[in-house]
Amino acid sequence: MSESCVILNASAIQRALTRIAHEIAERNENGAAVVLVGVPEIGDVLAQKLSVILSEIWRLPVPVGILDVTMHRDDLDQRLAPRVHPTVIPFDVTGKTVVLVDDVLFSGRTTRAAMDALNDFGRPKKIQLAVLIDRGHRDLPIKADFVGKNVPTALTEKVRVRLDLPGREDEVVLEK
Amino acid sequence: MSWHRKHLLDIESLSAAEIGTVLDTARAFKAVGERLIKKVPALRGKTVVNLFIEPSTRTRISFELAAQRLSADIVNFSADASSFKKGETLKDTARNLEALNADFIIIRHSASGAAHFLSRVLNAHVINAGDGAHEHPTQALLDAFTIRERKGKIAGLNVTILGDILYSRVARSNIWALTKLGANVTLCGPSTLVPKTFEQMGCRVTHDMEDAIREADIINLLRIQHERQRKTMFPGIGEYTTLFGLTQARLALTKPDALIMHPGPINRGVEIDSEIADSSRSLILEQVTNGLAVRMAVLFLVNGGKGPQEVAGN
Repeated sequence: MSESCVILNASAIQRALTRIAHEIAERNENGAAVVLVGVPEIGDVLAQKLSVILSEIWRLPVPVGILDVTMHRDDLDQRLAPRVHPTVIPFDVTGKTVVLVDDVLFSGRTTRAAMDALNDFGRPKKIQLAVLIDRGHRDLPIKADFVGKNVPTALTEKVRVRLDLPGREDEVVLEK
Repeated sequence: MSWHRKHLLDIESLSAAEIGTVLDTARAFKAVGERLIKKVPALRGKTVVNLFIEPSTRTRISFELAAQRLSADIVNFSADASSFKKGETLKDTARNLEALNADFIIIRHSASGAAHFLSRVLNAHVINAGDGAHEHPTQALLDAFTIRERKGKIAGLNVTILGDILYSRVARSNIWALTKLGANVTLCGPSTLVPKTFEQMGCRVTHDMEDAIREADIINLLRIQHERQRKTMFPGIGEYTTLFGLTQARLALTKPDALIMHPGPINRGVEIDSEIADSSRSLILEQVTNGLAVRMAVLFLVNGGKGPQEVAGN
């Protein structure tokens, strides 16, 4: 069993999401133009949680979509075929401000794939990026607009985000 | 999630978990077909060859569209217009295609084992699109997908496969897939075409149509393959329709929620009444739609497999 430490516990995750939601609201005056799009398997859950908080701030429903990016990945040749999730975007993204939501920002390749994938659904006015953890080590010129926590990591370490698992507290763990 | 195979050659060697992986992956690819932009870049830059040494329309077109929707380039190769006519062997033809850097070879051939053979002599990914009377794995996968989508499960369902079982690769692949996934499979048809030996594959064999369909949740009708029949095996179309055709009267004996499937092409008025084929209980066109999603999933899955399952995803 590898060594691991908790970076965020359940209440810290909740506080981080609340802050991110307020930052999204601060940045985007017109709440009606904002939609959230989460990247599975964790980003979609985070997007759902952010939508609840934002709906209270703006007093209007904030739509949530699920965007699978595996078909747009650049490493499909170098790995086993990844698990593919259904993409569900039940609204038109054209002209909207899309806030992409992911759990961990690392190389930036997932975000790059997500932006490509999003283009197949329309032409958003803006795309912003919200992540729970930014662990550094970018391979691409990509930067998050909203960050729950910056965590300096070594390349060999792993960041695990556990949300809504039965019988487990929500937590973010750094495994060495 | 489990898929480590470079080829898709048959259903017999797949585990229930592997079949499940294809079906789960196909669900995501089905949604791609419903978008405005029906194309994803997963196989960009790859070359797919449809090597069809036996005539086929729907399977070939389905694979062709599947490859195109994954952004691969596709070349169609049919026996009539090729050097087969000039005496080239299958191995030489396939190796020539590989020399053109084909990444995937999709093969349909009248000889059982043709796909297995190619997988041994080529470096490309080989996908079996039907080999003789042996297997037609993507048909079984799309049938399983269709059943699971409509019934919510496969385990415990009664599935009846009706018709020419002996010469049918669709039947063999379906039997393997459905029994692995826990369905109760019944085979029915003329005794010459549905020998009792199929019980060894874990099926029930009956030659009484009404007995076969009464408890069925799914009735999968197979086409009489005139091209594979020997005269002595087949009673004649009129007699077949009388004994085994799915008529309105027989349909009335089935469970009200029993659904009808057929791999196509259908012979209206022979194995199936024309109105039944067009009714809401027929899944025939859904099978075609799902076939595309399943073939995209298969191409996508066999393309992987060169590295660790988990890349630093986050």
